[in-house]
Amino acid sequence: MLATVIQLIINGLLLGGIYALISIGLTLIFGVLEIINFAHGEFLMLGMYASYWLFQLFGVDPYLSLLMVIPTFFLVGLAVQRIIIQPIINAPPLNQIFATVGLSLVLQNVALFFWKADYRTVRTAYSTLCLKTGGLMISLPRLVAFVLAIAMISALLMFLKRTYTGKAIRALAQEKRAAMLMGINVYRMYQIAFGIGIACVGAAGAILIPIYYAFPTVGALFVLIAFVVVILGGYNSLVGALIGGLIIGLVEAFSGFFLSPHLKEAVYFVIFILILLFRPTGLFGRG
Amino acid sequence: MLSLENISAYYGDVQALRDISLRIKEGKIVTIIGSNGAGKSTTLNTISGVLRCASGKIEFLGGRIENLPPHQIVELGVVQIPEARLLFPYMTVLENLELGAYTPKARKGKEQNQEIVFGLFPVLEERKTQLAGTLSGGEQQMLAIARGLMARPKLLMLDEPSLGLAPLLVKQVFGTVKEINAQGITVLLVEQNVFHSLSIADEAYVLENGRVVLGGGGKEILENPRVKEAYLGI
Repeated sequence: MLATVIQLIINGLLLGGIYALISIGLTLIFGVLEIINFAHGEFLMLGMYASYWLFQLFGVDPYLSLLMVIPTFFLVGLAVQRIIIQPIINAPPLNQIFATVGLSLVLQNVALFFWKADYRTVRTAYSTLCLKTGGLMISLPRLVAFVLAIAMISALLMFLKRTYTGKAIRALAQEKRAAMLMGINVYRMYQIAFGIGIACVGAAGAILIPIYYAFPTVGALFVLIAFVVVILGGYNSLVGALIGGLIIGLVEAFSGFFLSPHLKEAVYFVIFILILLFRPTGLFGRG
Repeated sequence: MLSLENISAYYGDVQALRDISLRIKEGKIVTIIGSNGAGKSTTLNTISGVLRCASGKIEFLGGRIENLPPHQIVELGVVQIPEARLLFPYMTVLENLELGAYTPKARKGKEQNQEIVFGLFPVLEERKTQLAGTLSGGEQQMLAIARGLMARPKLLMLDEPSLGLAPLLVKQVFGTVKEINAQGITVLLVEQNVFHSLSIADEAYVLENGRVVLGGGGKEILENPRVKEAYLGI
């Protein structure tokens, strides 16, 4: 029994790392731009396809593809911010929702048009490798994905904590008008924050492809989880998104084992509703 | 140094400023007084570029600045310390000061400037690793002023710096404003504390319903019977 519990904790945490990476981008975008990016899942989908095609066409290892996916998605994020997000930045919330939901539908259908509804994944030499120690099994690609996700999250947190640009982004999230009055170019920070958010979720897609399938609507599955994570962690706390991601990973592992894998969504949403009822600012949120 | 000519500004459909004209000479303390909603903060926000001006022109050191983006106006040396302080509450005192020195020019002299600011407000040095949101009201106001000074302003605009402070601290704030001015920084002070601000001001403007209704020397305005009656209750 103990071994099972430890195994479940490992499985949950490994999964949670990826959830955290997806969610942290969503939190950053929401915290800084005050926009809910409903197309976030579609950028995950695009990240998965990017890594998939780099592997299929050029034989690039999915983990190596990060070196291309991260800068490319950052630039895509800048462009999307400039073309779609910036015009609606001061618009009423409904217009903002329509814009990002619209973007999400467009991206899904573009993916469907070009790549069909097939489930695609990559077969690497390590796809099915497992580390076995003391009765525990740890899937190698999941472990690598977890380590990379945590490394990227740590790098992001360090960037926000230590660099001038990072501090300016945090300042903007805390007190926008003061940030403007201190000479911070708010528009540029919006772009950078959105670019980073998209780069994070694109990277999450790339490290997911060795363990999951890419298909045009795959984003919806993950983005729902990301919303639960963001609310659980506190919608304006990046550390909250990290811990929230790990918690939801654990919840999924345990509910899958003790209840049924089919019920995992039901469990998330019960948690979601409970947080909204009893602690709407989330675990680490600031009122 | 700074001149506003016939500035009008709106909040939505509501006109907040009507043909405001004022002049600020280098090295002076100029104050704008007026009751709530007279347009004092709006004037500052229009100068800072946070609010667009609908018509008129603003000149700073010979260049037009109306409707430049706020960060460019800060880079030129026009810095506002906003009403209610608006610190970055989840950042330390040091980080707040660092962000005050955000513009490339201010960043270069950051260390040296920080020394000056700590000299002015020793308590901030004692509290430098504390989160800004946990400071007392008086300390927060000091930090807000210090953060503004870190930007190396040529013209410092203060919006109600004495708001919500105990009488002793109010005196201290006005003392600080004079001290800042003595170091060669031109000051534009917006206040509801009419007596104190007129006492230290070289020049003053009275705003009513978005219009300049009176202008002149600080002492002169202080002696004006209309001001005495309306703002000082004498």
